[in-house]
Amino acid sequence: MSEKLYLYPVWVRIWHVLNALLFLVLLVSGLSMQYSNPNVPLLPFNVAVTSHNIAGLGLFLLYLCFLVLFVFTSNRKHYKIELKGLPARLIMQMRYYAFGVFRGEQAPFPTQEEAKFNPLQQVTYVVVLFVLYPLLIITGLPLMFPEVIIDNFFGIGGTLLTALLHASAGFLASLFLVIHLYFATMGASFFSNFKSIINGYHEAH
Amino acid sequence: MLGLVAYVEGQDIADNSQCLKCHGQVFYEYPNEWTGQTDRKPLNPFHHIDSVKLHTSVHKMFACIDCHSMDYETFPHSGELRLEEKYQCMDCHGGDETFAKFNFEGIEAAFMESVHYKASDERFNCWMCHDAHGYELALRQDKPIVEVVNMSNNMCLSCHDNKFKYGLLSDDEPKSINEIHAWLPNQARHFNKVRCIDCHTKVQSDILISHNILPKEEALRNCVQCHSTNSVLMESLYAHRAKESRAESGFLNAVVLNEGYIIGANRNQTLNYVSIGLFGLLVVGLIIHFMLRIIMIKRK
Repeated sequence: MSEKLYLYPVWVRIWHVLNALLFLVLLVSGLSMQYSNPNVPLLPFNVAVTSHNIAGLGLFLLYLCFLVLFVFTSNRKHYKIELKGLPARLIMQMRYYAFGVFRGEQAPFPTQEEAKFNPLQQVTYVVVLFVLYPLLIITGLPLMFPEVIIDNFFGIGGTLLTALLHASAGFLASLFLVIHLYFATMGASFFSNFKSIINGYHEAH
Repeated sequence: MLGLVAYVEGQDIADNSQCLKCHGQVFYEYPNEWTGQTDRKPLNPFHHIDSVKLHTSVHKMFACIDCHSMDYETFPHSGELRLEEKYQCMDCHGGDETFAKFNFEGIEAAFMESVHYKASDERFNCWMCHDAHGYELALRQDKPIVEVVNMSNNMCLSCHDNKFKYGLLSDDEPKSINEIHAWLPNQARHFNKVRCIDCHTKVQSDILISHNILPKEEALRNCVQCHSTNSVLMESLYAHRAKESRAESGFLNAVVLNEGYIIGANRNQTLNYVSIGLFGLLVVGLIIHFMLRIIMIKRK
C-alpha cells in the first residue's frame, strides 16, 4: 500500500480549482478574441470580451489572495529555490523525465512533506507564479482600460506592445497548462495526482 | 457648373474681411443712423463664421459673394436675402473632371439613399453636415486617424448633440449619444478611434466616404465585423491608407498599427506560425512520451 502525505491544504486546493476554472475561461475567451472569425466564432465576441474581463479580474483578485496566503503560511517553503547545485539537479530531473522514467528508475527527487516539488517543478512554478502571472496581470489590466496606455513606446504603439506581451504571456501560460496536465498523469497511478489536488493527500509511488 | 467659381490649385485666400468684420465676431457693431449711436449686438450663432477655419478650408479662395448674393455687400442686409436659394455641392462639383476622383455623383446617389435624405425629403442638404465655411480634407491629407475621427464625429454631433440644430429637422430632442450606445464596450475608446459613419453607413467601394447613412436598426452591432481579419474598417476608415501589405510588417491589417490596435484584426503572422509550431511540437513530444510510458508499463 502506498504512503499518503497531506500536502495540499484546503486553501491551496480551493485556490487551485478556482485558478484552473478562471484560466480555462481566459484561455478560451482569449483565443476567441485573438482569432475572431465572423463565420466560425468560438465564442460570440461580446461574450468573449465580457467573460475575459470578468475572469481576468477574478484571476487578479485570486492572485492577490494567493500572495497573502503565500506570505503568511508555510507553503512558501516549497517555492524557495536552492541555487547552489541547481543546474545539476535540473539536469538530473530532466534526464529522469527523458530516459529514467522509461527504464523504471526511481524519481531522483521524490515528493516529501518538506519538498513537494522536484527542482524542475519548483523553477517552473516560480516562473509561472512570479513572472508569468504578474506579466499577464500587468498587461491585462491596462487592456481593460486602454486609455491609460501610452500611445507610443519607442516607435511602437503602446496598445500593440501591451497586447503582444499579453498574448505571448497567455500563450506561454497555455503551454504550461498542457505540460502541467500531462505531468499530473505521472503520479503513482494515472489519476492519483488529480485525486490528490481534490482530497489533499499525495500518493507516493 | 457655376461660371463664377473656378478651382485653381494653390490659389490665395480670398479677402472677405468686410463680411468677417461682423460675421467673424460674436458681437458686431454698426452706426445706427436713426439714433446716431453705435449699436452693439450679438451675432446669430448660426451666422457666425470661424475665420481661422475659413482661411484653412478647401473653400478659402472664394469670396463670400461668389456663393452668396452680391446684395449682401449692402448693410443692413435686405430682409429678402434670407430667402436666397443656396448653392448645393453638386452645383459646383457635379459633372466636372477636376473633381472626378471624389466621385461627387456617387456621393449624391448614396446620400439620396440615406436615412437623412429619405426621412426629411429635400430639407436635408449637404451643409447640414459639411460646413462650407470650414470644410477640410482629412483622410486625403493623411491627417492622424484620431483627428480624422474627431472631425468626422463632430459633424454628426453638431446635430445629434445639439438640440437647436437638430430642431431644424425634428420636433424631438436628440437622444444622449452615450445612453443609446451604452451597449458598446470601451465606449470612449471607440468614440475616439472610430467614426460614427463606420458603423452607421453602408460601405461603398466607389466612394472614399460612404454617405448612405443607414437607419439605426441597420447599424453595425456585430463586433467581429471590425474585430476580425476581414475588418470592414479596412474598406472604410483605413481604406485610403490600406496600401501597406502584411508582408511589410508581418501584421495583418498593419495600416491600423500606425495609430492603434484592433484586437482580432491585427495579428502577427510570424508569431502565429511560431506559436502554432511550438504548440504542435509540445503536443507531439508529449504524445511520444506518453506512448513510450505505455509501452514500458506493458513490458513490465
